Amino acid sequence: MSYGPLLIIVPAYNEETNVGFVIEEVHQVMGDVPVLVLDDCSADATAAVARRAGARVLSMPCHLGLGGCVQAGYRLAFELGFDYVIRLDGDGQHDPRDIPLIYEALRESGCQMVIGARFAEAEGFQASGLRRLGIRFFRTILRPILGRPVRDPTSGYVGVNREALALFSKSFPLEYPEIEALVVLQRRAFRFVEVPCRMRKRRSGRSTITPLRSLYYIIHVLLGVFVNILKFERHRWRR
Amino acid sequence: MDRLSNVLTIFSLGLILLVLSSVRRAHIRVEYSVSWLGAAVVLLILSRSTSALGWLSETMGIHDPPLALLLTVFAVFLFVFYRFSVMVSNLKDANIALTQRVAILEYYLRSHHESDEA
Repeated sequence: MSYGPLLIIVPAYNEETNVGFVIEEVHQVMGDVPVLVLDDCSADATAAVARRAGARVLSMPCHLGLGGCVQAGYRLAFELGFDYVIRLDGDGQHDPRDIPLIYEALRESGCQMVIGARFAEAEGFQASGLRRLGIRFFRTILRPILGRPVRDPTSGYVGVNREALALFSKSFPLEYPEIEALVVLQRRAFRFVEVPCRMRKRRSGRSTITPLRSLYYIIHVLLGVFVNILKFERHRWRR
Repeated sequence: MDRLSNVLTIFSLGLILLVLSSVRRAHIRVEYSVSWLGAAVVLLILSRSTSALGWLSETMGIHDPPLALLLTVFAVFLFVFYRFSVMVSNLKDANIALTQRVAILEYYLRSHHESDEA
């Protein structure tokens, strides 16, 4: 299979113990497809480890948070002329063996975005009870907004084509991007599809998600969704 | 009421002096001092002019001038904080865009150096 104009981006923050393995696995699955690690100003050797593993590195001069970091990757990919970008996390939770599945869906479905959904098939590591509850909550909220069901709206394992790349280069949610990005896409009549993907435990290190942060996440994302709807409706009303 | 007015006058004058000295030392940029100076001047006028305060409390439908004064202080500072939230948000957006651009330019530079070395 030819992977042509595909770029793999891996946002990473203090992931020196994981990012090297992730890049190696991507290379094993995808051969010489370019891998770009988005180093969000890590305090450890994430960038050096990534370079040693054969990836290119886009280093943020200061910590931007996930959305800002991913948008920088989208901007660079758009400027470099890539047609497809697949993003997987640098903590090793996303199984690179699913990249061909996402890529194929991107090319065959004509959708602007493909989500690697952890619930599409109950295989592999499953999220914690609290997180599953949160995902269920957002699925319910998003169902009428998107006009269709979405199984895993919080998944960071996503592929986008050039149309979505152009959009996200200009406008991308900056803090917790996954759910808001779906609303941004939907409001512009872009389409997405979900494919089943395997999730794994972090290889090492600790997740930064705490109950308090989860609560903040829910409030922040709800507000973001609401603002995106208002923004779009205002533009439509002005037209 | 007199005591409250005097306290507010001292507070307003103190705020004006603080902001002006901060501007002089370049701790605050002139454009960001305008909101604070405007708020301090409004409070100074209200604390010294009983007719202005009387008109304000009548307009607000509050027959207790000290309460009207306190509500005005609250409203003025709420407005100043709102203005600064807008400014901070704009600055954050600009910072993110600049940081991304710097990162991308550094990437191009590094790629250029690497291709030169090769």
